[in-house]
Amino acid sequence: MDLILNELENRFGVTNRDERRNDLSFATVGRQTAVEVITWLRDYAGFRHLVMISAVDYPERDSIQLTYLLHNHQTRKDIGLRVVLDRREKTMDSIHHLWAGAQVYQRELREMFGIDFPGSPGVDKPMILEGWREMPPMLKEFDTKKYSEETYFPRPGRFTMEPQTVMENKLYPIETEVKNEIRSIVRDNRSNGGA
Amino acid sequence: MDKEKDGVLATIEEARKSFNEQDYYCQELPKTVQPVANKIVRGFYNWAQANSLWILGFGTGCGSIELPPLFTPRYDVARFGIFPRPTPRQAGVFIISGYLSVKTLKRVIRSYEQMQNPKFVLGLGSCTVNGGMYFDSYNTINRLDYYLPVDVYIAGCMPRPEALMKGFETLKEQIRAGKAEGANHYVENLEWYKANQKQIIKDWDMPEYNW
Amino acid sequence: MKSGASSAITVPTEAHSDRTDRLSPWNPFWARETELDLDSGRYVKIWQGPQHPGVTGNMALEVTLEGDVVRDCKTHIGYLHRGFEKLMERRKWIQCFPIVCRICVPEPDTNEYLFAAGVEELSGVEIPVKAAWLRALVLEMIRVASMTMGLGGQAGAYGLGIVGQWAVVHRDYMLDLFEELTGGRVYHMYILPGGVRQDLPEGFSGRMEKVLRMFENLIVDIEKVMFDNAVFKARTKGSGVLPREWVEPFGVTGTTARAAGVPLDVRKDNPYLIYDQLDFEKIVGGESDIYERAFLRKEEILMSIRLIRQILKRMPGEGPVRRKLPNVLHWQVQAGETYVRAESGRGEMGYYMVSDGGEYPRRVHVRGASYTHAMALLEQMARGQSIADIAGLMVSLQTCPPEIER
Repeated sequence: MDLILNELENRFGVTNRDERRNDLSFATVGRQTAVEVITWLRDYAGFRHLVMISAVDYPERDSIQLTYLLHNHQTRKDIGLRVVLDRREKTMDSIHHLWAGAQVYQRELREMFGIDFPGSPGVDKPMILEGWREMPPMLKEFDTKKYSEETYFPRPGRFTMEPQTVMENKLYPIETEVKNEIRSIVRDNRSNGGA
Repeated sequence: MDKEKDGVLATIEEARKSFNEQDYYCQELPKTVQPVANKIVRGFYNWAQANSLWILGFGTGCGSIELPPLFTPRYDVARFGIFPRPTPRQAGVFIISGYLSVKTLKRVIRSYEQMQNPKFVLGLGSCTVNGGMYFDSYNTINRLDYYLPVDVYIAGCMPRPEALMKGFETLKEQIRAGKAEGANHYVENLEWYKANQKQIIKDWDMPEYNW
Repeated sequence: MKSGASSAITVPTEAHSDRTDRLSPWNPFWARETELDLDSGRYVKIWQGPQHPGVTGNMALEVTLEGDVVRDCKTHIGYLHRGFEKLMERRKWIQCFPIVCRICVPEPDTNEYLFAAGVEELSGVEIPVKAAWLRALVLEMIRVASMTMGLGGQAGAYGLGIVGQWAVVHRDYMLDLFEELTGGRVYHMYILPGGVRQDLPEGFSGRMEKVLRMFENLIVDIEKVMFDNAVFKARTKGSGVLPREWVEPFGVTGTTARAAGVPLDVRKDNPYLIYDQLDFEKIVGGESDIYERAFLRKEEILMSIRLIRQILKRMPGEGPVRRKLPNVLHWQVQAGETYVRAESGRGEMGYYMVSDGGEYPRRVHVRGASYTHAMALLEQMARGQSIADIAGLMVSLQTCPPEIER
């Protein structure tokens, strides 16, 4: 594994090597050289199986990290390539010409995160969600509980046993009631103003 | 060969020009079904309906994994007259097995409205009651009875086949007593149900009522 | 798809063998839309849709037919999407494990194992030896149950309903054993970070041996009724062929790849738990048609039965089954990312987990085993088939919609 990573470092300048187990390593690759690195790994180093293409959202670093996981059947090793994308401009070159299965992963990433892969077949057709008008749901700003409470009528009667809320209600009942009132008024105003 | 092709195209062009959507979809709204006046006949009809519940073969969610054990010799429900049918035209009971995503809800509404009276809906699992463990999901609905009229809820995750049989028994008692009025409730409150459905199904490309 | 009067009607009529030599990466035939003139009156577009007894679960196929031969096929999924990955980001590490098993409905324990293995790897928790043996036992048990039901579905797609009835009954016997061991029939929630929940009850091995013998008798019956059946052979041999060159671009794993001659088995290639101490081999076939895949699945059921007997014999007798974790409500897993994989009934299933050192997961991405099988591969393989065989093809590729769209 070290041999391959050394080779990658010399040729393409990958950084942030991280050996997870003896058969799994991660490395960070620049956005411009990523497809070249993947093609080199596929053609010369024997990593012929594309395991998955995934994405992790880091709003505090203002970036989204794409992860390409490749697997070598002969040496039974995995390598994960991290590509850091800017959060405002989320585009990446497509690798559907290397693996046909990549188009499915790219289509899902486009729908869930908003990362565009221009050229990938069918990438702008919705795959999983239908009639979705909000922001891509897997981004960290999307609050799924709030969306569910506002859109799908929740049945009243759910209560929580979380210690903080329970003790708050017990010790300071009036203050918590006022706080909840204000919260619901703000939410109504926001939804009325928005809708 | 070309002539034949042109002939086919010509008629298709004509057909498209004369296609009027109004002619193809029935614009009528459904009516409620009044029970028969004669008490003995009504009792007989209810008994017959209760003992012949054919369910629609639509596995909408997780709960559909507990439906095959019902039709196999171990928990055999065919002895109660319950049998799966592939098309809504021949089915009387719609088992909503679990959560419903928005995409599935559209198809479920379509299938439910195509079913003939008398029809009943069984909500299987806790997800139909209050959203279950997907209460905070952006794609699953929380309360089924805002979109479809539910006759019997069967709680659990998953309910055992014996619990399902008890649910069927409850439904049968309701039918025999003449209290399973889900379909009439749907027709009477059609605007409310439709308003709820249209609120969450954003691209509504179905007719008003799917006959 | 071009509409309007056009003189050229291009219909793909090549056989599979003509298409394999165009598998060079710079000529992706799968990316081209078929040019079918839908106005010519030759084609009918139907939906083998979600409400259909011929689909494996809640997914839809939009097929364009000429006569009864499929010319174009598009898979539509998303009917079962619950947003698991977003839900897991809202729950603490230990709160995730009850919902993880719902990702794949027929085979939930593989998901539980993968989540637990990922968390243990990130946080550095070692599980006791007996827990590893119990985990392997549960994984093999659910493999037997789910593959038997798969065989029943495969036969049912061709009209042999009796095999489905037998298969589901025997699966019920296995689920009885699960209920004894874990408390739940379908969703077990038995494998959790730190080990397993409890030890084997008394007399478990005896009851398991009885159930395994019932399964072996069942396989003998299935061989007579299904695999020696002239009608089943005529319908399935030579149909649904997956060329060997397609295994790599579409990322095919599991029995579907082994039937095409590519020997991939995660239990042997990247052994996890105690599989390197067990004695078994990979079952590889040659001609990858539907008959071969069903045959290999039957062989794998017998192999799993052998593995269960080995595990029960060689399991250590005494020992703890669960490592005590730190206070799980405030458990902070170390930052890092990892990928763990396991062999499910359908192929290689994997979890990619990222932690940022907090109490909530940063990202959990589930790689369903039949993700590319159902989306990209099925669309290509359905062309040229008769509409009556599409259901059998779907079951043969073992498409499981809950794990595709989570």
